[in-house]
Amino acid sequence: MSAHRVAWALLAGALFGLGLAVSGMTDPDKVLNFLDIAGRWDPSLALVMGGALAVAVPGFAWVRRRGVAFTGGAIPPKPAPEFDKRLLVGSVLFGMGWGIAGYCPGPALANLAHGTLEPVLFVLALLAGSQVARLFDAR
Amino acid sequence: MPTEFTPWTALAGGALIGLAATVLLASLGRIAGISGLFNGALEQRGDRAWRIAFLVGLVAAAGVWFAVAGVAPRTGFPLPWLLVGGLLVGFGTRLGSGCTSGHGICGLARLSPRSMVAVALFMAAGFATVYVLRHALGVMA
Repeated sequence: MSAHRVAWALLAGALFGLGLAVSGMTDPDKVLNFLDIAGRWDPSLALVMGGALAVAVPGFAWVRRRGVAFTGGAIPPKPAPEFDKRLLVGSVLFGMGWGIAGYCPGPALANLAHGTLEPVLFVLALLAGSQVARLFDAR
Repeated sequence: MPTEFTPWTALAGGALIGLAATVLLASLGRIAGISGLFNGALEQRGDRAWRIAFLVGLVAAAGVWFAVAGVAPRTGFPLPWLLVGGLLVGFGTRLGSGCTSGHGICGLARLSPRSMVAVALFMAAGFATVYVLRHALGVMA
């Protein structure tokens, strides 16, 4: 593990966290209102996704054309289009949890910066759920 | 709590997230999927340092913005719902191999059919869940 790799990861993480916070995606009320089309709908998060893809679609295509990472590793291939039960059930359950609490993993971690209890408890519950799912891996 | 439509900060923040995902792929050849990255950072594997660095950067930069912009955290959300939500998010993202960032941004950016299906499902489940909770059951309005 070189210092270069750690520095790049730190930069990418900082850009990611800044983007989450600037976009408002770290506000669970904003997330829940985005998901509430029949109520007080706030369409902002559609534009977060749009802004992200406007950069990442050409960005990822550029990286793929280069074929190799700055630090020397390979660029992972696109996953095979397999739609197994785990993908389908997992995604639905994730969406339900997202709609209940208003946090997905990135914004939940970003909210740890507030130093308040709510995001800590959410992240602990997230870890517990993840460990339960891991038991399914072991079988 | 009502929130305002904020198109410009949403677009600008989104562009930063897309840039972050591109930087991580271009520099390390890694996918910026937070659920997988977080699980990997906590487990005893050889390649943890970059994951920990990414997450430290994420939390620190968000904290700087919260301080500069005066963003207050949410308070008073019902604890049982918070924990149920966390369990489902943790379980579902591990089972489905990704969340809003891994499937929603990176997966769509590389035009992965698996991610397109995942995003359609978690969005639909999110809309349905909020509808049921706020409008059918009338809780958490």
